[in-house]
Amino acid sequence: MKCKPCGQPAVIDIPRHRAAFCADCFNAHCREQVRRAISSHRMMGHSERVLVAISGGKDSLALWHILVALGFRADGVYLGLGIGDYSDTSRGYAERFAQAHGLTLHVVDIPDEHGFAIPEAARATKRVPCSACGLSKRHLLNRAALDGGYDVLATGHNLDDEAAVLFGNVLQWQVGYLARQRPVLAATDGFARRVKPLIRMGERETAAYCVVNRIDYLVDECPMAAGNKHLRYKETLNAMEERSPGVKATFYLKFLDEMLPVLDGVAEEERALVGVCSRCGSPSSAAVCAFCTLVERVAGSPAR
Amino acid sequence: MGAVQVRLHNPKRDVEVSGPVRVTELVASLGLNRESVLVIRGDSLVTHDETLHDTDVVEIRPVISGG
Repeated sequence: MKCKPCGQPAVIDIPRHRAAFCADCFNAHCREQVRRAISSHRMMGHSERVLVAISGGKDSLALWHILVALGFRADGVYLGLGIGDYSDTSRGYAERFAQAHGLTLHVVDIPDEHGFAIPEAARATKRVPCSACGLSKRHLLNRAALDGGYDVLATGHNLDDEAAVLFGNVLQWQVGYLARQRPVLAATDGFARRVKPLIRMGERETAAYCVVNRIDYLVDECPMAAGNKHLRYKETLNAMEERSPGVKATFYLKFLDEMLPVLDGVAEEERALVGVCSRCGSPSSAAVCAFCTLVERVAGSPAR
Repeated sequence: MGAVQVRLHNPKRDVEVSGPVRVTELVASLGLNRESVLVIRGDSLVTHDETLHDTDVVEIRPVISGG
């Protein structure tokens, strides 16, 4: 297989682009996909300070590498989730990447700073671990961006992540969630701007980008995520993608172009309902935000 | 005699497959979706149309994450 742009031997083929690439052209392709996402959705400018949410996995490390290659001033933040060896190992990958590239990585350790670990939170709330994890990440990453004076928080959500979330939201017609599923969430009182620059890259591409660029990342899946709904949706979408290359990208990117404008009114109504958490002052549609409620439940749990 | 040595994840294990075998056929024979994995020989990626031979050692690395 030959590289489509230059004719040299290819290292990766991407059926949805009907193209294969050598290592150099693949790097250029990935960086162009991210540049296009940033530019077409007006995510951020080169003069702004960017905080990248780093997990030690392929997506966040590829994103950080690409943003730096594109000339953005990007620091990282790692959240310690207290998931045993998995958290210790993932933190190591994040720290080694930062050190090797001379980048600044902030670390927020949830057990140290907030007194609980994600498995404990899941037990106390009787919800799946990914639920406690997701809401903790949203709250603490936002707090890290605001406290650090960053203009924008960038996350490594890729095309597959977004297509799977969209698939789940459509299956249940979660109109409120659909209205909020945007590649850019503008800054509001108490919320830093949040952007997803990898929405044009599939996760096979972000993993390949790491291999091509010798970026060492944590391959193992989070032990808490095994068998979750998100993974099942991805399997379903990949089964379709194998037969009809491009179907995932069309599903998600057409949603952005065709459907999100229709949902603008819903997003507006939801924003109008947002008040302030009486405990921490963060934006919340309830009197006490989901994170403070979680902290209180864990503190009062007999399982501790 | 020999075989293609294949390292798999989830769970981590090694299997042997007779060569020569095309990457796309190897991935399908293991019941994997090609959108869900990368095939890596040494420290380099291998495209789906390549043929693997006995004595090759490859890793089939999952790329799907659930968070």
